[in-house]
Amino acid sequence: MSLLQIKNLHVEIDGKKILNGLDLTIEKGTVHAIMGPNGSGKSTLAYVLAGKADYEVTEGDVLLDGRSILDMAPDERAAKGLFLAFQYPVEIPGVATMTFLRTAVNAQRKKRGEGEYSTPDFLKKVREAAAKLEIDPDMLKRSVNVGFSGGEKKRAEILQMTMFEPRLAVLDETDSGLDIDALKVVSEGVNRLRSPERAFLVITHYQRLLDHIVPDVVHVMSRGRIVKTGGKELALELEARGYAQYAEAAE
Amino acid sequence: MNAEVRQIRTVAEQGLLDSYLASKAKLPGAGDVMALREAAFKVFEQQGLPHRRIEEWKYTDLRAVMRDSKPLALPPDAKAKSRAKDAGQWLAAVGARRIVFVDGVFAPDLSDLSALEKGLTIGSLADALAKADPHVLKILGRASPAKDDPAVTLNTAFMGDGAVIRVADSAVIDKPLHLAFVTSGDKAVSIFARSLVMIGKGAKATLIESHEGPAGIEYQVNHALELSVGDEAQFDHIKIAHEGDKAIHVGTLIADIGAKARIGDFTFTTGGAVVRNQIFMRLGGQETNANISGASLLRARQHADNTLVIDHAVPHCTSRETFKSVVDDEARSVFQGKIIVRPDAQKTDGKMATHALLLSEGAEADAKPELEIFADDVVCGHGATAGALDEDLLFYLKARGIPPKEAEALLIQAFIGAAVETIANEALREALMSEAERWLAARG
Amino acid sequence: MPAVQETVDQVRRIDVDQYKYGFETIIESDKAPKGLNEDTVRFISEKKNEPAWMLEWRLEAFRRWLTMREPTWARVDYPKIDYQDYYYYSAPKKKPALNSLDEVDPEILRTYEKLGIPLREQEMLAGVVRPEGERRVAVDAVFDSVSVATTFQAELKKSGVIFMPISEALREHPDLVKKYIGSVVPVTDNFFATLNSAVFSDGSFVYVPPGVRCPMELSTYFRINEKDTGQFERTLIIADKGSYVSYLEGCTAPMRDEHQLHAAVVELVALEDAEIKYSTVQNWYPGDAEGKGGIFNFVTKRGDCREKNSKISWTQVETGSAITWKYPSCILRGDNSRGEFYSIAISNGRQQVDSGTKMIHLGKNTTSRIISKGIAAGKSQNTYRGLVSAHRKASNARNFTNCDSLLVGDKCGAHTVPYLEAKNSSAVFEHEATTSKISEDMLFYCRQRGLSAEEATALVVNGFVKDVLQQLPMEFAVEAQKLISISLEGSVG
Repeated sequence: MSLLQIKNLHVEIDGKKILNGLDLTIEKGTVHAIMGPNGSGKSTLAYVLAGKADYEVTEGDVLLDGRSILDMAPDERAAKGLFLAFQYPVEIPGVATMTFLRTAVNAQRKKRGEGEYSTPDFLKKVREAAAKLEIDPDMLKRSVNVGFSGGEKKRAEILQMTMFEPRLAVLDETDSGLDIDALKVVSEGVNRLRSPERAFLVITHYQRLLDHIVPDVVHVMSRGRIVKTGGKELALELEARGYAQYAEAAE
Repeated sequence: MNAEVRQIRTVAEQGLLDSYLASKAKLPGAGDVMALREAAFKVFEQQGLPHRRIEEWKYTDLRAVMRDSKPLALPPDAKAKSRAKDAGQWLAAVGARRIVFVDGVFAPDLSDLSALEKGLTIGSLADALAKADPHVLKILGRASPAKDDPAVTLNTAFMGDGAVIRVADSAVIDKPLHLAFVTSGDKAVSIFARSLVMIGKGAKATLIESHEGPAGIEYQVNHALELSVGDEAQFDHIKIAHEGDKAIHVGTLIADIGAKARIGDFTFTTGGAVVRNQIFMRLGGQETNANISGASLLRARQHADNTLVIDHAVPHCTSRETFKSVVDDEARSVFQGKIIVRPDAQKTDGKMATHALLLSEGAEADAKPELEIFADDVVCGHGATAGALDEDLLFYLKARGIPPKEAEALLIQAFIGAAVETIANEALREALMSEAERWLAARG
Repeated sequence: MPAVQETVDQVRRIDVDQYKYGFETIIESDKAPKGLNEDTVRFISEKKNEPAWMLEWRLEAFRRWLTMREPTWARVDYPKIDYQDYYYYSAPKKKPALNSLDEVDPEILRTYEKLGIPLREQEMLAGVVRPEGERRVAVDAVFDSVSVATTFQAELKKSGVIFMPISEALREHPDLVKKYIGSVVPVTDNFFATLNSAVFSDGSFVYVPPGVRCPMELSTYFRINEKDTGQFERTLIIADKGSYVSYLEGCTAPMRDEHQLHAAVVELVALEDAEIKYSTVQNWYPGDAEGKGGIFNFVTKRGDCREKNSKISWTQVETGSAITWKYPSCILRGDNSRGEFYSIAISNGRQQVDSGTKMIHLGKNTTSRIISKGIAAGKSQNTYRGLVSAHRKASNARNFTNCDSLLVGDKCGAHTVPYLEAKNSSAVFEHEATTSKISEDMLFYCRQRGLSAEEATALVVNGFVKDVLQQLPMEFAVEAQKLISISLEGSVG
């Protein structure tokens, strides 16, 4: 069974159509990239998968492990192993990053009927993962994303992903706002998590991220649909020739 | 328990009661107007002057401040008019259309009424009341979000003359209108003026309101301006309280604003012994943006109070309130600002700030910035500071060779300037900054 | 259902109907006849074996009270209180004096046990050895109007700290009480304080001698139990020169349909170089979701930094009461003295909170800091009211105020009414306030990470109040955090 199946997905926000019959299937162990111009509906797709309110699915379905997730609350989806790395991670004043991680991991484990982590084990795991992502241990004491630089926020997202061990990770423009060094660190963080049981959906505007996280499949999105699918070389072609040619394809 | 017993009337209260009974027959308007006066007077009779136990008047105790009431001003004679002829001329550089009121009475002969722009009408309130002008009667005292305010109540009972200004829908009046109120005489009098300003839908206008009078005379002025602004209109109102040093001035702006309008309001206070500037503004249409600010420069034993209530009655409006005061000698500045967000006024964005600069040991600043919020999806806030000039900045300037007094003046100008900046009209900004400079120069 | 809507609904259903401290303890009690007159005052004074001057003091207060009117300026609205319809004295029937906890009515002890109050002396008495270095808390438990047990007295005595019911202090240390009582909150201060002065029945008394750092936290738990009973406790804490004390106060009451009246007075006196830290977790019964029942809480709390370099810090977590009228204040009289006020006020159901502080700067170089976090949910109204004033001679007075409100749901109100009065040019006051709702983006982010709507709300709220929670002693912080989560916990279906 495919890990994720999106079938003929139509989505509106405030009556405006954003996704127009999007189809996408992702198998375990694969990395898919979605590229497309601004306004093509990439971020909408990420939010709809995660279950953000205000997005109305008017047609189609999204199946995770063969079961529709559209009626599930965001936290149920998270507990089922769906992770979204936000393009703009949200700041939560007064809540220490470490507290947040532990609360979230244990909430997910509880929903899955798994036992909570013991505190020392958990701290050790977080610190190790943080070190690999070159995250200063002091940052873990600071409030979630508050006062973090753009790069720190993105690394913190990957740290969360590492701790949650999701089955499907959606990375929404994770490369935006990163310099080349940070991009490397973040990409390595992602690559370390690649496994036969896990899949990634990497949403990006630029090809450069895909130099570091090499995809198995590349999709081009335009006007709320996938208009072309190919191998990793498709990304290079896009970089060279731009998105213009696909605008008509979506008509 | 004796608290229920009516407090003994003060000399001023008794004086006002006597004055009303003696003069009401001579006040303009009969029938409905008289009914309005009588109702207001009855309220005053019961409540008396506002005092410190009335929360809104906590810092400006009119009962204590008004030692007596002055006789109502007589209609200006030729001598009075001649003394008043330069009223408001210090703002000449603004190039506004000057409309002069001498001792509260419209003076057409001193006013510039030539070549009125299309859609603009200017008239006298006393005329309108005497003629029982149905348009005026329909709105007078009706839209008031300040019905219970004691100063407005008193004004309604005694109102004599004032301006009635109408700007028609879509009319664009480029030349600012300047209502110049001047107290002319050498006698202590009291003046109750009332103005109505109606700005039509999509219209655009600027209104300056200045108040001045002689030094050394204990006159009393109570002016109320009722303003309605139509949808999509753009309106700026600048009030300048430039009264004589012994005067008591109570001025009220009562404003009802429509949708998608843009409002700029500025109150500038330099004169008067006791000044109370009140603003009651209701934002009654969505997507309106109001910018309400003010600056006061006070010295000697001056007391200036800016009190405002901004009522966000509908969703999606933005308001900004910024008030600054510079307080020298034994003067006192008061700021009371309240932002109300009604239960349905979601997405309100309201921010209020008040800053006081205390220049001398005996200076005092009181502030009460209030939020009253009944809707959950809002972003509101306020900030308040009080303090002396920044020592570090002063030191820096002095280290650059600037003498202490000049350094202070520079910093004070910068402080005031940040508020004056919000005025759209450039000539007016300059005129007010020059006035601030004159104030600073006189500091010695 | 959108995430936020769900949260709002949950919070709407909040826990006012699930008040977990709402049990009643059946014990025999000794009451004064219902109603209030000079005889009631005499009855109370006599019951307490008070010295004659104390009776006179009370009578003077009572006569004064008769001429006063209930204040109406606060943003609270409640039916007229019939002051003749309350019992002004209710004491558990007991043996005349208690030498150990064994003598306390076991029903009362069970009540405190249910409340989770650390009457750990029980264990001490039973020979339970506590781990080395664990922080200990001495407890004075006040049941209805009477102090029923004070723990650790012997050990405190060794360091010279006096911690006992004020009724006892009046007999054992009358000079100390006489010197300080009413010196911070005068008999004539306000309607409720004057009422308290006339009829207070008990409360805690603390005296920390010069140079002594009180060896443990002192704590009082107040419990209103009897029906129609007013509770009027009076607390007096004196920190003599160079001393330090941290005092905790907790309050609960059973669920009742009728309103119960609570009008306490707390007076703190800090002498030269002394510091008092006063923390409150107030969880009186708030009434049900429709506003039936609940405590009317009219409290006068004031600290006097009487001499130089003294410091008084108030921290409060207010989740209970139908009506809260409370302004713990600091009079910064001594030069270089410092006052602090940290507050979390959560209102829900039909609760009405009007609370804040007063920082009165009188001395030179005095500083104050106010951090207030108000959270309004349900149909509640939550008002912060605070005064900061610097008088003529208070040169270099400094105040910083931060006052944030959070609205949960669209039927509640959050209001901020600060008064800033600077009468000295060298004073520097800074005040900032914000009002907002819990951001939908924040909730969605938390939920994407696996938190349920209510977990997400609790997490965000706990973050919002963190600056204040940090001020609480450890034991209380944990308790307070739980209380916050409980009061925001919905009955999620």
